[in-house]
Amino acid sequence: MYKSEAASWFRIYEMFRFEAFHMYGIIGTALAMGVINTLLIKRYDIKSFFGSSIMFVPKEKGIRRYIIGGVIFGLGWALAGACPGPMFTLLGAGFLAILIVIIGALLGTFLYGLLRSNLPH
Amino acid sequence: MEFINQPWPWYLSGVAIALIMLILQLSGKKFGMSSNLRTICSICGAGNQAQFFRFDWKAQKWNLIVVLGAIIGGFIAAHFMTNSSAVLINSNTIAHLKTLGFESAGSAYVPSELFGANAFADPKTLLILFIGGLFVGFGARYAGGCTSGHAISGLSNLQVPSLIAVIGFFIGGLIMTHLIFPIIF
Repeated sequence: MYKSEAASWFRIYEMFRFEAFHMYGIIGTALAMGVINTLLIKRYDIKSFFGSSIMFVPKEKGIRRYIIGGVIFGLGWALAGACPGPMFTLLGAGFLAILIVIIGALLGTFLYGLLRSNLPH
Repeated sequence: MEFINQPWPWYLSGVAIALIMLILQLSGKKFGMSSNLRTICSICGAGNQAQFFRFDWKAQKWNLIVVLGAIIGGFIAAHFMTNSSAVLINSNTIAHLKTLGFESAGSAYVPSELFGANAFADPKTLLILFIGGLFVGFGARYAGGCTSGHAISGLSNLQVPSLIAVIGFFIGGLIMTHLIFPIIF
């Protein structure tokens, strides 16, 4: 995350301005490999390190929660320039201000938990 | 040695991320960072306030270790593997950011205007960082995942809900970057 600059606020901004391939390259490569790995595991019924079958749980069906939740997430992602993974990477890298973002994220999670039953899913 | 100190090309990161997901899959787990936020809330006692946080968080300890790994990785990368941390984004982007007031564009890893000393002192900066985090946390749980859970794991499994989520991520990001930034900065 850090070395490839995926944890950089600037790279996220650049991504949403479509002014470089960089972030698309990172996500795209990870995705391409992920698709292949997943297909191989399924096709050859590859077992886990513990010898058990690997289960792929399908995501719950729906549209509203994904679109509404997604947009809210995206707004925050662009504003803070970090999603959950990079938040912790930046913490390790010493950018203490990210703690404010992390606290916000924890509170946002908590808020969701409280409001959940009142939200359209 | 030089290679270690330079910024890494995108394909290396992409491969590394996919490898992590593979290791997790082969361990019978999933790759998803935002569920850790829920786990941390539960550890802090959120279960007393909402049903959502009453679950066996101890079964999620492995995911907290992934978080620890991310923290350690950031530490090692920043302190031992970096000569100059300036992120050289597109010069047009740099120019545009400067018109918004981000003088540190092109010469820092993250904007010092947001992550520097101002962060804890200036109310506007504090609010921006906090609200950014708030939306990420809320949105990720509402959508049931963030970039790792949906854009990478979900799409790898060809899940349509994940595609919808990712489209949502992008709509949100574009609105913020193109419509809201010019207003707040």
